[in-house]
Amino acid sequence: MSKLVDQVVTKDQAATVKYTSKDFQTNQDVRWCPGCGDYSILAQVQRIMPDLNIPREKIVFVSGIGCSSRFPYYMDTYGFHSIHGRATAIASGVKLARPDLSVWIVTGDGDGLSIGGNHMIHLMRRNINVNIMLFNNQIYGLTKGQYSPTSEFGKVTKSTPFGSIDYPFNPAALALGSGCSFVARSMDRDPKHMQSVLKRAAEHVGTSFVEIYQNCNVFNDGAFFQLTEKETRDENVIYLEHDKPLVFGKDRDKGLKLDGFTPSVVDLKDGIHSINDLIVHNEHDSTLAFILANMTYNQALPRPIGIFQSIERSTYDHEMTAQIARETAKKGRGTLATLLNSGETWEIQ
Amino acid sequence: MNEINEERTSLPVTKSLDEVTIRFAGDSGDGMQLTGMQFTNTSAVMGNDLSTLPDYPAEIRAPQGTTSGVSGFQVHFGSTKINTPGDQCDVLVAMNAAALKVNVRSLVDGGAIIVNTDGFDDKNLRLSGYTANPLLNDSLSRFKVYQVDISKLTELALQDMNLTSKIVDRTKNFFALGMMYWMYNRTPDSTVEWIDAKFKNKPDIAEANKRVLKAGWNYAETTEIFNVRYEVKAASLAPGKYRNITGNSAVALGLVAAAEKAGLDLFLGSYPITPASEILHDLSSFKRYGVKTFQAEDEIAGIASAIGASFTGALGVTTTSGPGVALKTEAIGLAVMVELPLVIVNIQRGGPSTGLPTKTEQSDLLQALYGRNGEAPVPVIAAATPSDCFDAVFEAARIAIKYMTPVMFMSDGYLGNGSEPWKLPKPEDLPDISPTFRTDPNGFLAYARDEKTLARQWAIPGTPGLEHRIGGLEKQDKTGFVNYEPENHDTMVRLRAAKIAGIVNDIPHATVEGNDRGDVLVVGWGGTYGALRTAVESQRAKGHAVSHLHLRYINPLQSNVGEILTKFKHILVPEINLGQLIKVLRERFLVPAIGYNRVAGLPFMSSEIEQAIEDVLGGKLV
Repeated sequence: MSKLVDQVVTKDQAATVKYTSKDFQTNQDVRWCPGCGDYSILAQVQRIMPDLNIPREKIVFVSGIGCSSRFPYYMDTYGFHSIHGRATAIASGVKLARPDLSVWIVTGDGDGLSIGGNHMIHLMRRNINVNIMLFNNQIYGLTKGQYSPTSEFGKVTKSTPFGSIDYPFNPAALALGSGCSFVARSMDRDPKHMQSVLKRAAEHVGTSFVEIYQNCNVFNDGAFFQLTEKETRDENVIYLEHDKPLVFGKDRDKGLKLDGFTPSVVDLKDGIHSINDLIVHNEHDSTLAFILANMTYNQALPRPIGIFQSIERSTYDHEMTAQIARETAKKGRGTLATLLNSGETWEIQ
Repeated sequence: MNEINEERTSLPVTKSLDEVTIRFAGDSGDGMQLTGMQFTNTSAVMGNDLSTLPDYPAEIRAPQGTTSGVSGFQVHFGSTKINTPGDQCDVLVAMNAAALKVNVRSLVDGGAIIVNTDGFDDKNLRLSGYTANPLLNDSLSRFKVYQVDISKLTELALQDMNLTSKIVDRTKNFFALGMMYWMYNRTPDSTVEWIDAKFKNKPDIAEANKRVLKAGWNYAETTEIFNVRYEVKAASLAPGKYRNITGNSAVALGLVAAAEKAGLDLFLGSYPITPASEILHDLSSFKRYGVKTFQAEDEIAGIASAIGASFTGALGVTTTSGPGVALKTEAIGLAVMVELPLVIVNIQRGGPSTGLPTKTEQSDLLQALYGRNGEAPVPVIAAATPSDCFDAVFEAARIAIKYMTPVMFMSDGYLGNGSEPWKLPKPEDLPDISPTFRTDPNGFLAYARDEKTLARQWAIPGTPGLEHRIGGLEKQDKTGFVNYEPENHDTMVRLRAAKIAGIVNDIPHATVEGNDRGDVLVVGWGGTYGALRTAVESQRAKGHAVSHLHLRYINPLQSNVGEILTKFKHILVPEINLGQLIKVLRERFLVPAIGYNRVAGLPFMSSEIEQAIEDVLGGKLV
């Protein structure tokens, strides 16, 4: 960083004060619709921030356009509410210019996967050390109810009165396919789980992508109720826990097993199968991550929630800094004088 | 050494010339750009003033032997002040029939053509569309034609080296260069040095190129084919240290210099595009100046990342050409709204759409001024010559930082690829840029403004107590909070406009070259400077009351421009578009300006501007 920046910014990477979640609230009225899933996400983020132990001034939230993208206004950190789809690109510049900052991207299924799809995949490919929270409500909320790139086939909306003829993206699989080093999924109605996943995302060095199922109670109410409500949740959701067999069900009596590369549900009470037949989750196994992510729209299988993948890979921001350091060490820091004397020169008397 | 059959029996005559224009032309794989650049650098080092014009096809390897694959490089050098690459060339080096066919029209009557006869076999003649061999009929009788079998002589020079015929063929441009070095009394030393450095790890290639260069020289010296040699003395340039520089290299240096002067890190977010990519290449090599270059996934990410970097206290820059600016439009509006420094470099090319990627044009001026949604004023600064790109882009950065605004810097393909000698500035002579970051949390308001400049303060992440949010939604005056109130919006629209308009007090007055009153004022902007200046000087030498005003600042216009315009009977505005600056001048000053417009993808010739001036004087162009 330049001397000028160095003179004004906090050097410590660890906070010297003990924050509470209140320290991250702003004086702005939160303007999401009453009952919106975004409130829960905001609360969980504000709750985990003190645990990260990062000086508040070193945190930057960057968003695009959409309901979710109002998020930075409600976080008392530095924030940038940008233009539609470009949060990922702007955040890339923020992090590359200032690797000392903790950078968070807030986006949605429209902002991040439709208009901003290109920046999203390239950010993940580069493995820039930022955190992406993608609020997936499977609808365009801010523009009042058109189908989104994660809406299901056949979805009837204002712009698809006879049903959508688009197949949805599977965000987790897209992230894995883009080479994202940390890929996870959580839900607005599971605050504890969301907190733990977001903390892991923050700790991860490299791009972390967290898809958060978020209920839009105005334009797509109940899209995830099968996964979030008490009555149905346990039979339809499987939580991914590292090093543990994949078990689910109200009585934890079902599990996932692999036949070749194909997962299937087994009954642990059928007298044939035991816990030893089940997949043991491994966050470091990319092949398994793909298999689990691909279960997403398979109605015969439970929906995986949790961390699909967490692998280590050198980050773009690290490489960029290292390359500059290497070249500077080789030839010395350039000055205006060396710059203005470069190239093939000659003297006129 | 190759066998020379014809031995010289008389010494050549040496003639002295003030200026010469040479055009090297061949297939796009023949290395003509390299040959031209070598001749240029050697001439520059020998003290000539000069100006160059590369002219190459958009296709990297267009069909061999066809007219669409011809690549040319024109260099105009002299012992006098050189403003343009020359309307026409005095010497044409044509490596094949297609090169001759395309370029013979730019040769002056009585000019010299040096042809590689091997490039005129049946196949080359057919591909280039000649029905008869022009070397065998009288179609070239207006010129002096020197026929040399360059390919064969090159082969002979390298016959004992066991090189593939492909490699041998690739060195033949150095034979032509050697001949031209002899003809114009240039020493080949700097080219030899260049070859040694370039092929450090390929000694046989280095040896082959040096041999062929020497063979070309010796051939010209020994045979009697050339009976005249020319001498072009050094120009009387101001004392100092010089280098030859293209406009694009000057932009790269100017940006690093501005960042260094300001004490900021330079961050470039860019996407490859002709004819701007060289700036990305150059800046990518300036790692030891702390320059960060980010080759983004597209034009939008290029500018968006630069805005992100500016938010954190870097000098954000994005470089592109017109189609790229079109894609960046929304993000430029964002930069206007969030009031962060940003330099947008547009190396203009022929448009619309993909247009003519490798050709020059000035047709993005209205895009730069007005091409955004909403009231989104942006300062627009244009460079006049290749080396002026350094000063102009430095000025763009200065204004961006001081006024917390995106600034559009305009160059074009002609300036970007063209080159001229540049007297290196001294670091201490560069204008002052001294940004400050806000640190005091007491009374901090994100959109409070400096009374004089109307710029808001730069408060960067990492500064304790200044946590705030910015964005593209309308801001409340002073606080910067989101605000939709009617009166506030009106206030903010006017504040943003007033901030940019107020820059007029921070820029020098416009100066007229020539008398400050007269019959015709030629008003131009950007890369047409050299042609306009040459034309005006020539007209003045003929006794006409003509002057020249070249505008660096298009927005805001300098405060005395309106007054200057009133001092002339006629205002002539030549532009390589259908009349864009002229619209601005007419709208702002209500003057009956006359346009001269030709949009051919080529720079103006000074002769056509002279003609236009004469037509205005004679009442034929109104």
